[in-house]
Amino acid sequence: MSAILETYKTVTEAEVKTWFKAAPVAKFPENGGACVKIDDKQIAVFNFTAEGKWYASQNVCPHKMEMVLSRGMIGEDCGTPKIACPLHKKTFSLKTGEDLNGEDYAIAVYPVKVKDGFVYIGIS
Amino acid sequence: MFASYYKVKQTSLYMKTILVIGNGMVGYKFCEKLVAKAGNDAFNVIVFGEEPRPAYDRVHLSEYFADQDAERLSMAPRSWYQEYNIQLITNERVTDVHRDSKTITTITDKEYTYDFLVLATGSSPFVPPIPGVEKKGVFVYRTIEDLDATMAYAEEIKARKANGKAAILGGGLLGLEAGKAILDMNLSASVVEFAPRLMPRQLDNDASKVLQGKLEDIGIEILLNKATKQVLGDEYITGMDFGNNDVLEVDMLLVSAGIRPRDELAKTCGLEVGTRGGVVVNNFMKTSDESIFAIGECALLNQMIYGLVAPGYDMAAVAVDQILGEVETAMPKHIDMSTKLKLSGIDVASFGDALNETKKSETIVYENKFQGIYKKINVSKDGKSLLGGILVGDASDYNMLHQIFLNGMAIPENPEDLILGARGGEEASFGSVLDLPDTAVVCSCEAVTKGGICCKVEEGVTTVKEMAAANKATTGCGGCKPMVTDLINETLKSQGITVKETVCEHFDYSRQELYDLIKLKQIKSYEDLLATYGKGKLGCEVCKPVAASLFASIYNDTANEHNVIQDSNDKFLANIQRNGTYSVVPRVAGGEITPTQLIQIGEIAKKYDLYTKITGGQRIDMFGAQLHELPLIWKELIDYGFESGHAYGKSLRTVKSCVGSTWCRYGMDESVSFAIEMENRYKGIRSPHKFKGGVSGCIRECAEARCKDFGVIAVEGGWNLYVCGNGGANPRHAELLAEKIDNETVLKYTDRFIMYYIKTAGPLVRTAAWLDKIEGGIAHVKDVVVNDSLGICEMLEKDMAKLIDSYKCEWKQAIENIDGQNNRFTHFINSEETDNNIEFVSLRDQKMPKLWA
Ligand code: SRM
Ligand SMILES: Cc1cc2nc3c(=O)[nH]c(=O)nc-3n(C[C@H](O)[C@H](O)[C@H](O)COP(=O)(O)OP(=O)(O)OC[C@H]3O[C@@H](n4cnc5c(N)ncnc54)[C@H](O)[C@@H]3O)c2cc1C
Ligand code: SF4
Ligand code: FES
Repeated sequence: MSAILETYKTVTEAEVKTWFKAAPVAKFPENGGACVKIDDKQIAVFNFTAEGKWYASQNVCPHKMEMVLSRGMIGEDCGTPKIACPLHKKTFSLKTGEDLNGEDYAIAVYPVKVKDGFVYIGIS
Repeated sequence: MFASYYKVKQTSLYMKTILVIGNGMVGYKFCEKLVAKAGNDAFNVIVFGEEPRPAYDRVHLSEYFADQDAERLSMAPRSWYQEYNIQLITNERVTDVHRDSKTITTITDKEYTYDFLVLATGSSPFVPPIPGVEKKGVFVYRTIEDLDATMAYAEEIKARKANGKAAILGGGLLGLEAGKAILDMNLSASVVEFAPRLMPRQLDNDASKVLQGKLEDIGIEILLNKATKQVLGDEYITGMDFGNNDVLEVDMLLVSAGIRPRDELAKTCGLEVGTRGGVVVNNFMKTSDESIFAIGECALLNQMIYGLVAPGYDMAAVAVDQILGEVETAMPKHIDMSTKLKLSGIDVASFGDALNETKKSETIVYENKFQGIYKKINVSKDGKSLLGGILVGDASDYNMLHQIFLNGMAIPENPEDLILGARGGEEASFGSVLDLPDTAVVCSCEAVTKGGICCKVEEGVTTVKEMAAANKATTGCGGCKPMVTDLINETLKSQGITVKETVCEHFDYSRQELYDLIKLKQIKSYEDLLATYGKGKLGCEVCKPVAASLFASIYNDTANEHNVIQDSNDKFLANIQRNGTYSVVPRVAGGEITPTQLIQIGEIAKKYDLYTKITGGQRIDMFGAQLHELPLIWKELIDYGFESGHAYGKSLRTVKSCVGSTWCRYGMDESVSFAIEMENRYKGIRSPHKFKGGVSGCIRECAEARCKDFGVIAVEGGWNLYVCGNGGANPRHAELLAEKIDNETVLKYTDRFIMYYIKTAGPLVRTAAWLDKIEGGIAHVKDVVVNDSLGICEMLEKDMAKLIDSYKCEWKQAIENIDGQNNRFTHFINSEETDNNIEFVSLRDQKMPKLWA
């Protein structure tokens, strides 16, 4: 079951080799998430309109390996942007990927940039 | 997972090496305490574990039966070890220790050198040498692999025969836990104990009898005084033979007959071991070799093996201090062995000198055979201190009694008050938790004292979750949670802080206050609400749905209108299922459905290959729809005239009906017609939690109306109206609000009642729980709703009328407004493809999601 998790590894801004052109900004819901397909991978992209920030993470929830995180609810936990999984509400930091309820799950996170009205995801 | 986050390990020539053998609970705790005190870079630490995975919480092993979620039990993920520069080598048994060269070798012939060696090898289950125990179907209960094997075999038995039977050898703490686990696997369970009583080390005969009754009540057979002569069967176990033609037929046996310390390494390298096993250690946890420590269940301290985690954790702390040169630290003289059984619904605890083995005490016993309660305390001969005790059937006072015992606190003049309560007055017999001395250890797993907890509250901690983050209290066995909660609340109270029920960290208001603010200031969006009354810019998954629900309750806005602040199910107007697919539930008011409608639902379910089932709410659920199929399916349903059933919302679900006077020979009134009318009246209305109704045609109550938030029952002369009932986790019967009233009055009172609930209840509080919190209870609600004591009935009715009048089917609305550019019902934003991660398997001519690993 962890085979699928192995395919998602956090990429830092410095490690980006390619910026994947995902979709126009207008296609993303405001203050919500959407799922982007990059080859065989599913990446959840979150539009924090209120703050003008964007985050991306694996779409698969490490708890039960379902492709659902993009359908979760975004929010903040003492200043940390987070995503709550729609299945069991486990919450993850979109900055570091760590589980904010102190459990041993973590998600991979990716850099996002917006240029000329398009959203790009940084992959290595 | 985060390769880039790990620091590169730097080993310096001067750094000393600690090898830890055994990565169980105590071995892990040693590592945690070591890095907490000495940081990551003080030692080169290598841990060897024989099991395939990093240390996990063995104490809660039984929970694995329920969800097979090994990760949830994990003490820390692999990344934790890496983060702290600890090299963790799992699946690798250490086979030899060479004390001369200070090296060890492992099963794969790798060699490592140490400066300090820590043996944390734990223990293994003791399997008595009964002829035949090697047969297939005999298991032990210690590791996740043991549980996997046991469960797999149980499945085989169930596939083979209808009423499989398992026995548990040993009626101690663990055996009883295993018994319950077996029962939960749907096998019958018999506990076989050699001694004349259960939990012989903790309980006396009378307590054991009461416990036996409780266990028999939940279906566990108890066989005492049984010595097993042999295990019967050819290749597989078929029974147990107790001699004298006394045979118990069983398909499986779980052995839980005690533990044996794993001292094999210590023996072969010549360390001193006890005659009955165990690595001999002194108070500093040192073995007979200065540079070798032994901690946890492999260590023989004071000629005892302490088979509990708390002493093991203390040992880990002592070993850490010793290695760091704090040579004064030693194990305490007295080691507490008090225990509480973790079987839900069965309270058993014992503490201190429970069996009066020291003969230093007088005993006070209270027994109530009717309720199955047995309480015993042992009080010092001078009547001044509590030395031990046993609680069966009601262990709610365990934490407090245990603390009184541990801290030698003064006890009441009449010691019996401790178990009987002070009679005559209202006062509790043992004051407040705040009376505990500051040094009282409240969380024994993490050794957190009362002082440690209260000082965190003074620093601003206000919840158990924050406390766990601040000092790890409650994160071990969890037994101290009630007491930690009490301490937090009492300390806050003593500071004059009333514990206010605010929605979350983003709002300093309760739900009711927000309701009034939104209504008064006509706030229409979440952003406005957060900007005007909240904190921060983003909010969270707690306050957003609360706001969405309030907008719905005040303006009847549907979930389409605020879809990004809705709970996930509301956002997609469907309940998410186990594999990320959704269910589809059209409204079938009152459960009445025409043959044509049945066929229409059938056609659609067939076309989209959906699993169908009749729900507990008298309607039909279609499962397994993928996100992009939802609008397609709903379009077809709506074209046939169906509407959303709001099965996903905190809103009216169903109003169940019985067939009533329409067909039934006992029916006193038309319950179906009335149920349909009520369901259509309240459909779509959002509330603090879901709410349900029922209408029965006579007091035989076939619609189970009294298990509902509102229930109506036809009687001679009208309807009786009941409110605030529910089934579910804590079943509650609804209470009578008004008797013998006509249809119109039923609707009037129900309108007022629901609206009063919507305005005043906390988030996710159902009507029964809401009623519990109302001072005056049902009498107060009656006063408000029937007698208009607050003078608000006119407003309640008007607000309700507005909601009823502005109903729209939100699925219809969603489909009419699908925005090709911004369609929430697609899996990918940049591709037409669907989620290829979803897998179905077949089940009785239908399909279901593949099981979770
Ligand atoms: C489908 C159904 C089971 C079935 O196959 O029969 C069901 C399924 C769910 N129930 Fe239920 N309940 C269903 C009837 C019931 C009933 C029976 C009834 O309504 O008469 C009860 C007990 C009565 C009651 O509510 O008082 C019931 C008590 C619960 C509870 C416990 C509520 C409580 O107050 O303790 C929950 C949990 C919750 O709501 O927090 C729950 C939650 C759920 C959830 C929503 C769990 C979840 O979050 O996924 C399930 C999802 C439904 C779905 O995907 O469509 N379900 N659930 C029934 C749907 C009825 C319907 O037509 O809408
Ligand atoms: C079902 C169950 C319920 C329990 N309930 C409670 C309870 O309610 N309260 C309580 O206080 N205690 C309870 N316990 C006991 C508690 O789990 C133990 O006290 C605790 O786990 C002991 O920790 P340990 O690290 O000493 O041993 P263990 O957790 O057994 O760890 C020892 C580890 O060392 C490994 N090992 C052994 N030899 C070698 C070697 N040569 N090389 C490499 N690795 C090796 C083993 O494989 C094992 O993983 C329960 C135990 C069980 C099984
Ligand atoms: S409750 Fe009364 S009317 Fe309804 S089915 Fe039962 S007996 Fe008939
Ligand atoms: S699957 Fe995401 S929290 Fe359970």
